[in-house]
Amino acid sequence: MSIQIKNVWKEYGQRVILEKVSLKVEQGEFCTLVGASGCGKTTFLRMLLAEEQPTRGQILIDGEAMPAEPGPDRGVVFQRYSVFPHLTVLQNVMLGMEIEQSPFWGRLSGSAKKQAEAEARSMLESVGLTHVCNHYPDALSGGMQQRLAIAQALIKKPRILLLDEPFGALDPGIRADMHDLILDLWKQTGITIFMVTHDIKEAFHLGSRLLVFDKVRHDPQEPAAYGASITYDIPLETKGSRRMYPEVRKVVTVSEHKADRNSAMLLLQKEAA
Amino acid sequence: MKRIINIHPSDGVKLMLGILPFILALLAYMIASDMRLAENAGDKLLPSFSSIGEAIQRFAFEPSKRTGEILLWVDTASSLSRLAMGVGVSAVIGFFVGVACGVVPYVRANLSPFVRVLSMVPPIALLPILFIVFGLGEVSKVVLIVLGIAPFIARDVQQRVEELPHEQMIKAQTLGASTWQIIIRVVIPQVMPRLLNAVRLSLGPAWLFLIAAEAIASTDGLGYRIFLVRRYLDMETILPYVVWITLLAYLMDLGLKKTIRVAFPWFEGKRDDA
Ligand SMILES: Nc1ncnc2c1ncn2[C@@H]1O[C@H](COP(=O)(O)OP(=O)(O)O)[C@@H](O)[C@H]1O
Ligand SMILES: [Mg+2]
Repeated sequence: MSIQIKNVWKEYGQRVILEKVSLKVEQGEFCTLVGASGCGKTTFLRMLLAEEQPTRGQILIDGEAMPAEPGPDRGVVFQRYSVFPHLTVLQNVMLGMEIEQSPFWGRLSGSAKKQAEAEARSMLESVGLTHVCNHYPDALSGGMQQRLAIAQALIKKPRILLLDEPFGALDPGIRADMHDLILDLWKQTGITIFMVTHDIKEAFHLGSRLLVFDKVRHDPQEPAAYGASITYDIPLETKGSRRMYPEVRKVVTVSEHKADRNSAMLLLQKEAA
Repeated sequence: MKRIINIHPSDGVKLMLGILPFILALLAYMIASDMRLAENAGDKLLPSFSSIGEAIQRFAFEPSKRTGEILLWVDTASSLSRLAMGVGVSAVIGFFVGVACGVVPYVRANLSPFVRVLSMVPPIALLPILFIVFGLGEVSKVVLIVLGIAPFIARDVQQRVEELPHEQMIKAQTLGASTWQIIIRVVIPQVMPRLLNAVRLSLGPAWLFLIAAEAIASTDGLGYRIFLVRRYLDMETILPYVVWITLLAYLMDLGLKKTIRVAFPWFEGKRDDA
């Protein structure tokens, strides 16, 4: 399914958060979103979820207007609070199926339950959580909780997966495991992914397309007058082959400072051209 | 030398320190009582432990000469049944109103201001009205408790629902949940232990309203008894009754706390569990 974002603006009262955002994303792309903190990345994801509505412009999915509220075709993993603390790991993954099959109680019994359980177990196996099936989320490490959140979202087979700094709170080693996991799942399912990250290395490593959010216009007297937009839209992978941008990678890997990031972006533009 | 905030007592010391104030209070009472009784053997204000013991024997173990019933048990049974009715009804009302207000914006807009104002009405001031409307029987006592604590429970439950991370509500919607399914699978299971905590907090006020109602119009009950024997300056009865009420309240609180721990293992350490 393709997503088309047409000149979208988002304002809170007088404050412009996003302006003139236009974008077309095809089924199966993995977009990584980077940008300064507070520039509106989460707001952008929220509009894709339909948790928030654009104040101007339009978001189309397969040419149709976006639904007015969140739904099962768009899964999400937040940085925190994505799983339900009162449900065990297995119950967290089963919830989506139970809700679908049992409209009134939202609970299954008998053979339907067995089947849902089996499906949930195989999903948990693919994220490596079988051994903690009966634990409550609070007993899990941060990385495990995020894996659970991914499993929980994927069981609904959404066509779009939205990830908001999902690995931001994890240790580097665990983060590498999570990268392998998410890339595997992406390749297997052909799902469209939007992922916000503050780690530009991560953005390069995972994405097939890098979207940089930044303000184009600045008013020093009134910083809230202008919003951020997508300033760079860089293909990282075309037709299955990765584009390396060797010069940029050198800069990006040594430092995550904003000034360096800006120079990296300039280089990137040159190399991409 | 470590900072004082970093010095923790061992378990044994903790226990001893905890018991100490109780022992001191008993000692202080004993000394004061002895002093008064030494001055005037007929003093009624601070009776000795032995005369309190005799009184307990009379009202807790021997049938009353007038009615043939054991007073303490009769009083306890009627007070507890009133309390249970009042607290039970309040918990049910508070639960439904709180969850509905917490989840559905239209209900919140409609009911929340009313509940907030209602919770400001001093219930005791309504007692005369209750006696006029419901008579002097059981109903007005139960209604007093309900008026006193149901608005508090409703507000607390609403607040707990609103405190659930917004991410969870979004997440549930992305799993395809309807409003109803969100209520029964996400909100209610997480609110139950918090409801029991709200009930725990409202037990104190519930006892207060119960005793006030019993003191004014009743023919039995723990509060009735205390206020009845007050006329004879019967401290030998009043003091053990007060201790008994305190013990009952403490046990209820403990029971609820243990229930929360056993029934909702995931809730451990989530909120003030003290
Ligand atoms: N509901 C809201 N009302 C008003 N301002 C908001 C709201 N949500 C977000 N904002 C503001 O929008 C800006 C962008 O926020 P956000 O999208 O979370 O940034 P990012 O995720 O890029 O760090 C922030 O300045 C934030 O304060
Ligand atoms: Mg954000």
